Amino acid sequence: MNDERRGTGNKGLNAAVYVVLALVAVGTMLPFVWMVLASFKPLQEVEQANPVPSRWVPGNYREVFSQVAFARYYVNSVFVAAWVTFLTVLTSALAAFAFSRLTWRGRDATFQLYLATLMIPGVVTMIPNYTVMVQLRLLDSYQGLIVPAAFSAFGTFLLRQFMLTVPPALDEAATMDGATPWGVFWDVVMPLARPGLIALTIFTFVGNYGSFFWPLVLIKSENLRTLPIGMMYFDSLYGRQTNLIMAASVMSVVPPALLFVLLQKHLVRGIQMGAVKG
Amino acid sequence: MGARRKAWIVACFLLPNFLGFVVFTAGPVVFSLGASLTNWNLQRTTPTRYVGLANYVELSRDDQFWTYLVNTAYFMIGMPFAIAGSLFLAVLLNQRLRFTTTFRTVLYVPAFTSGVALMILWKALYNPDFGPINAVIEAVLRTIGLGGLEAPQWLLSTRNLFGLDVERLGVVREQFGLGARDALIFMGIWTGVGGGNMLLYLAALSNVPSELTEAAALDGASRWECFRNVTWPQLSPTTFFIVVMSYIGGLQGGFEQARVMTAGGPAGTTTTLAYYIYTKAFEEFQIGYASAVAWVLFGVIFVVTVLNWRFGNRETNLL
Repeated sequence: MNDERRGTGNKGLNAAVYVVLALVAVGTMLPFVWMVLASFKPLQEVEQANPVPSRWVPGNYREVFSQVAFARYYVNSVFVAAWVTFLTVLTSALAAFAFSRLTWRGRDATFQLYLATLMIPGVVTMIPNYTVMVQLRLLDSYQGLIVPAAFSAFGTFLLRQFMLTVPPALDEAATMDGATPWGVFWDVVMPLARPGLIALTIFTFVGNYGSFFWPLVLIKSENLRTLPIGMMYFDSLYGRQTNLIMAASVMSVVPPALLFVLLQKHLVRGIQMGAVKG
Repeated sequence: MGARRKAWIVACFLLPNFLGFVVFTAGPVVFSLGASLTNWNLQRTTPTRYVGLANYVELSRDDQFWTYLVNTAYFMIGMPFAIAGSLFLAVLLNQRLRFTTTFRTVLYVPAFTSGVALMILWKALYNPDFGPINAVIEAVLRTIGLGGLEAPQWLLSTRNLFGLDVERLGVVREQFGLGARDALIFMGIWTGVGGGNMLLYLAALSNVPSELTEAAALDGASRWECFRNVTWPQLSPTTFFIVVMSYIGGLQGGFEQARVMTAGGPAGTTTTLAYYIYTKAFEEFQIGYASAVAWVLFGVIFVVTVLNWRFGNRETNLL
């Protein structure tokens, strides 16, 4: 569908569209290009305005790992984000099934309560959650990073919308054939809600990989820092070594960017289907 | 199927999520409303007690609170530009020319990678001494013969487009210019234009029936008239959703920028309510007061959302 030309399009207009898109694309990429170039600069040049290094220093990337526990931050971020994603998708899918497929008293009122909480600023719940973590002695722990993030009203909402698009006739047929509710969930609804599951997986992983506020207040010890927290401290302690900071930024930005380029088809389809009013 | 068995099935599916929802979302909301009525301080030795609305009264006389509320509103002036930009790009991408998938991918990358790394990057870009932004501005100024003019100091400057005074409500002439707040707004537009809003508009555009625009074109409507009278009304549910979500996000925004790029400064000009709440709660440990500020913020968001809903309804007959 992308390569199909519209019959009414005229050539001059198409050229103008290309020019504008190309300009915006260049504007979008320029900061990234500057970041990559700056990451290869020798230390003497970090405070000079020349964007291209006079001598290329790939060793900056190795130097980042020797100055801070960068590898540790990476592992922490991926470990936490993977657990949060797994738990969020699981609990959201189960609840979405209860909201879209099962009938029970108070279902719609409960769902509206979920929706209403989407409006609540994160800072309102952050303070009580922090004091709960203090009580449970989960400050400064992986569990403290993972558990509060594993339940998502947004994820429940998103997957419910997807499940509503699955024709109910399918699960009625499966039930007639003797399928249990669990069988209907796992064998009928889940496979058909796959675009939504993929979109939620990507959103949750990337969102948690970049999350800042909660790890910032929860984590005290250096070996539990996630990438954003480690980056922030690295920047505030060694901020004048712009070359190393930029090398670290390149390394933290590239994995989600690659993930997006690889999975964007699924993500866009997920958004398009989710946008259908349910 | 027995009623008990049915209840058991519902519980199995619902409870894992619902318990988490109660413990980490619904419970904390009630808890924080309660906390806002106390003098709770994590460091103080005096016992925590009920103080009624004292925190709210103190807050209404707190000059910082009001200036930070103004800051929060100021940061939202980038919003209409970001939304209009998203719509514009979505319309261009919807022309279904070659390479639109590539363009779409490139444009979406900043939104996808947004976070601390990008803010650290922009801090360097805005650096007045060696950052590329001022290098370009200074080169341009020299070329057009205005070399004597000073380039903006960006994150180091309290100046702003409206000349708002520092740490006080009011407008003064010395403060006109471009400073930290504007720098963060431009960065926000760069990040947001090609983001989720663009994808939402693309999705909505692909749902506009092509017969409608074709019929209008046959009747001799220009491309602009087609867009204005046919496409735009069809997009109004999406626009409404985007505006509401942008307000909600904008009112509680600005925390990461302040923590990573400016420490809320210079002179508090980039401190938003979200950052103020953070400093009150997690640096000064005044949980009671911070909770009160959080609830006022919640109240503002609630009122704005309800107004949006009413106004949006009347204007577009959406719902």
